[in-house]
Amino acid sequence: MAELSVPTIESFTVTLIVRRFDPENDTEPKWEDFDVEMYGTDRVLDALHKIKWEQDGSLTFRRSCAHGVCGSDAMRINGRNRLACKTLIKDLDISKPIYVEPIKGLPVEKDLIVDMTPFYKAYLEINPFLVATDKPNKERLQSPEDRARYDDTTKCILCAACTSSCPVFWTDGQYFGPAAIVNAHRFIFDSRDENAELRLDILNDKEGVWRCRTTFNCTEACPRGIEVTKAIAEVKQAILRGRA
Amino acid sequence: MSVTIETPSRPRTRKQANWEKYGWLFMRVSGPLLIVLIFTHLVVNLVLGDGIKAIDFAFVAGKWADPFWQVWDLAMLWLALIHGTNGMRTIVNDYAGQVKVRRALTTTLWAVCALLILLGTLVIFTFDPCPAGASAELLASFCPAQ
Repeated sequence: MAELSVPTIESFTVTLIVRRFDPENDTEPKWEDFDVEMYGTDRVLDALHKIKWEQDGSLTFRRSCAHGVCGSDAMRINGRNRLACKTLIKDLDISKPIYVEPIKGLPVEKDLIVDMTPFYKAYLEINPFLVATDKPNKERLQSPEDRARYDDTTKCILCAACTSSCPVFWTDGQYFGPAAIVNAHRFIFDSRDENAELRLDILNDKEGVWRCRTTFNCTEACPRGIEVTKAIAEVKQAILRGRA
Repeated sequence: MSVTIETPSRPRTRKQANWEKYGWLFMRVSGPLLIVLIFTHLVVNLVLGDGIKAIDFAFVAGKWADPFWQVWDLAMLWLALIHGTNGMRTIVNDYAGQVKVRRALTTTLWAVCALLILLGTLVIFTFDPCPAGASAELLASFCPAQ
């Protein structure tokens, strides 16, 4: 009988250096490194799982769907904001350690978990829901062109990668931040919505769109490929025009 | 079963009016203007004619005898100072967390800006290369002997 040959799948060892903070014992965060055996199909999230499940159960991070849709696991990987579940380890430079930190600009609660409250508060302020006074018996119709007008900004998953990559937000937490403006854009340019003026008025605030310095950090950080800086610029233009 | 949903729109207590929109617009308008103004200024002063060797007291005096260059330099002075000060104010707003520090720095910035604009404007319009009654050794060589 012929010997059954099972091809071995190539694996490699990577070092993850994780920024850790335990509010009960630490006064400030510290770096801790872990070596993990990984495969070409593994993502940073898999490495974090492996650490948590096999090496140190106290490692704390958020994740829900683990497939780039829920937006829970935005973190700073090698100095760039990404979703851990969408970042393949083999795409990073594995000859060097991989640095994993919590996203910046929001208070760290534990390890990679930050307090998202300020982020959601800014999001709530722009009224992120459809406002329409008509009471139709059927769905509200919209032409494909009108739908395409705000298509890009519907893709937001509120992961905070953009807002926490924004240098203005880092130094001034009062700024609405890119994510709130993106979600305002989604309704401002929706032909069915009637409240564009209120949203434009809200974003004409001292801490609104005018704080944007067009550094494009947000566009680069967005794991959904939203052209965030462009959306902010369109909101600026709409404020100048006085309408969507 | 019916569910009553309250009107979700929360009335927003309007914060104090602000000039950020106009500040932003000013930066956008003055920026391109300054590029034209400054580079023309540099080319005229440093490249055209005798180039950099032409610059001396007489050269400046000659330019400011022309209302065209007076207005040109005036526009450059005002736009550059306000543009620069507003840019500095933005940086202060970013990095000065405390309200008192922020206010003090911003006030200082605008005070300095206003003073420089005032002095600069005064010089452009009252400049006289050969002031009457000045002692002879202080006067430029091209001034008519008194």
